[in-house]
Amino acid sequence: MSGSALLLQFLNGLAGASSLFLIAAGLSLIFGVSRIVNFAHGSLFMLGMYVCVWLAPKVGYWASVPLAAMLVALCGALIEVGLLRRIYKAPELLQLLATFALVLVIKDFALWAWGPEDLLGPRAPGLTGAVPIAGRQFPQYDLFLIAIGPAFFVLLHLLLTRTRFGILVRAATEDREMASALGVNQRGLFTAVFALGAALAGIGGALAIPREPANLEIDLAVVSDAFVVVVVGGMGSIPGAFLAALLIAEIKAFCIGLGYSELTLVAEFIVMAVVLIARPWGLLGRPIAELRGRDQADFRLAATKPMLAMLAVLALVPIATSGYALVLLTDVLVFVIFAVSLHLLLGPAGMVSFGHAAYFGLGAYGAGLLVLRYEAPMELALLAAPLLALTGAAVFGWLCVRLSGIYLAMLTLALAQIVWSVVYQWDSVTGGSNGLVGIWPAEWLASRPAYYFLALVVCALSVGALWRIVGSPFGQALRACRDSPLRSEAIGINVRAQQWAAFAIAGTFAGVAGSLYAFSKGSISPETLSVPRSVDALVMVLLGGVQTLVGPVLGAALFTWLEDSVSREVAYWRAGIGAVILLLVLALPYGIGGLLRKWSSR
Amino acid sequence: MLACARSTLATLEVKQLSAGYERARVLFNISLEARAGEAVALLGPNGAGKSTTLKAIMGLVSPTSGDIVFNGRALRGLEPYEIARLGLGYVPEDRRIFTDLTVAENIEVARQAPRAGASTWNEERLFKLFPALAALRDRRGGRMSGGEQQMLCIARTLAGNPSAVLLDEPSEGLAPLVVEQMARAILEIKRARVTIVLAEQSRHFAGRVADRTYVLDKGVIRSA
Ligand SMILES: Nc1ncnc2c1ncn2[C@@H]1O[C@H](COP(=O)(O)OP(=O)(O)OP(=O)(O)O)[C@@H](O)[C@H]1O
Ligand SMILES: [Mg+2]
Repeated sequence: MSGSALLLQFLNGLAGASSLFLIAAGLSLIFGVSRIVNFAHGSLFMLGMYVCVWLAPKVGYWASVPLAAMLVALCGALIEVGLLRRIYKAPELLQLLATFALVLVIKDFALWAWGPEDLLGPRAPGLTGAVPIAGRQFPQYDLFLIAIGPAFFVLLHLLLTRTRFGILVRAATEDREMASALGVNQRGLFTAVFALGAALAGIGGALAIPREPANLEIDLAVVSDAFVVVVVGGMGSIPGAFLAALLIAEIKAFCIGLGYSELTLVAEFIVMAVVLIARPWGLLGRPIAELRGRDQADFRLAATKPMLAMLAVLALVPIATSGYALVLLTDVLVFVIFAVSLHLLLGPAGMVSFGHAAYFGLGAYGAGLLVLRYEAPMELALLAAPLLALTGAAVFGWLCVRLSGIYLAMLTLALAQIVWSVVYQWDSVTGGSNGLVGIWPAEWLASRPAYYFLALVVCALSVGALWRIVGSPFGQALRACRDSPLRSEAIGINVRAQQWAAFAIAGTFAGVAGSLYAFSKGSISPETLSVPRSVDALVMVLLGGVQTLVGPVLGAALFTWLEDSVSREVAYWRAGIGAVILLLVLALPYGIGGLLRKWSSR
Repeated sequence: MLACARSTLATLEVKQLSAGYERARVLFNISLEARAGEAVALLGPNGAGKSTTLKAIMGLVSPTSGDIVFNGRALRGLEPYEIARLGLGYVPEDRRIFTDLTVAENIEVARQAPRAGASTWNEERLFKLFPALAALRDRRGGRMSGGEQQMLCIARTLAGNPSAVLLDEPSEGLAPLVVEQMARAILEIKRARVTIVLAEQSRHFAGRVADRTYVLDKGVIRSA
């Protein structure tokens, strides 16, 4: 690579860093005071893009940028007042889910308001030309972007250090309870910070318009990038976000510049791994005090007898019907395995994973690839595919167990997004966005009832095995690690090893579900391992209740049935699911299992 | 007439208060009061529940039963910031200085408008009370000694111009010389007519500044 090409890549990286910084800074500020990781931050960025494209023809591009920022800020303030304010004291997991529900709602809102096509915006008037740099043409607008990042960094710095508002934000970030005891009303502060963070995301989106069209896929892509940046830079640290944005954007630019765009994700992963191993709180972050003790008392409603009865009933279903009900029930069984495997992480291990679909997808793709590319017999593929999921879970889990709480959740999401991107981009192997087709079961399993029985047997065995694991000494040790890691270390439990094993087990069973899924559908696409699929699993578990063992079973069944009927009846079903999640979070924080227990204990 | 009656009444009154944490009950029906301008001490061994009492008054721990009345207002159910804005200051035992913020910024966080009937503490007056802080004005809280942090913690609370303060073991872990400075500062605050409730283990320190003492043991008031 010549010197001038190197310089240009470097400048490209700087331009990318600005936009990353704007998003990450907002995410980080919001997290700092409210301790809520705002999944919908990428959605606010997306809103900024759409609003800008929408307003630019009316008021001109440059006027549309601040207007977009203001509208998005307003939207942020509404979200804070209408939703987040009600759940500041809820368990972290519910908070994350609530903001994820917003992702779904905002996505469908954008779909409704602006349609499914990508919208190309105007170029920035006055900055459409190019300047010669080192003998090449470099877009003026990119130079402008390069300046924007540092400019906002300085502005934010001044705001945080020179104004009373900034001092209060920093105080609340460090110790919000003490700030409150000194008379600081946090309500107003939280709303203002949320609006500010949203405004930054909105500006980021509007400023991205001259370079890329507004589209519906950008939300999760942007938010997972931002997660990587804040995890690397340190949650709550603005300089950290700045530094990490530079680092990540430069790595991306150079990988692309060198012609290895596939390597970008791997490079990002390696950087993240190195930083987190050396500095678990990020480059400039500091340990975050664990939030108040969560109410984690498990009430282990295992209900073996009703479950066996249910199994007997399910075994008789094919006598009554071989129609669509059987297909739906097969889906239910697949997702029961998936949800129960996630439950092992969420419940006994106390680790929130937002990327469980990665292992489900690895199982599904493993099965598909074995059958299609290696012409393995289906039975073998079904058994071997989960090993791919196991491998993935072992590699990612090794990194994840170094973190806890919110950091862990963000890391799982970022890792799953990486797996998704690899599958999405690696056309020659995974079929890219088209996925794999023609993954059919063996002859003797091809009929609906036969496959249904297979699913039933696998599901019963998997759920039984996972329940045994939860009740075993290993499961008890896991709970001990969750409840008091320090004490567990002191009595000789290797906390990380336990959690790592839990990760591997949960991933393997998710892989079982995935491989079963692949053969039941006959085709798979990257959606199989997308982040929304991970969230589906979380919703299933929460719907049923984390504290019970039957919770995920009931939750998976109800959710699968709901999704099936809602997505066939309602055009904007994603928003519908989002609304269900929000209702769930606000009204039913302990899930159906909790409700059942309340009734049974009356 | 009313004002006259009130001055003989308690500024802060705790009636039959019970409180605790998730699993453990810590306080059992304790009652105490402090009159305007008075300094009362709450004495007791480790784990007696002194800090819990102060936290419950401040709204940081929710009581399970009982009442807390401050200047005629019931405090139960109020948020800590609302209580602080009624003019009740709190100095926690672990100090909880904002380590990222400078001395001046720490004070700024707690600043409230001057309050009728309470003395006003601007930065100048606070630095006169704790001369050691004046030189450290732009020092970050995290880079101060324990004694300096304790001074800052009290100065910070006074910046809210409280009419009463809850002090949780201000002498804990300080060198004898600094303890002496602290006692003098507290007497100075008392002279400014700020009502003081002081949680202490040291009878000696409490005796120097307090007008009356309550003895708390295992969550019960033993003697007054
Ligand atoms: N956050 C908490 N969670 C659970 N229990 C607590 C908590 N804080 C204190 N306790 C318990 O409450 C009891 C009273 O504690 P408290 O801090 O009020 O005592 P104290 O009188 O202030 O003691 P010390 O002189 O050591 O400060 C103790 O048994 C303690 O273990
Ligand atoms: Mg104490």
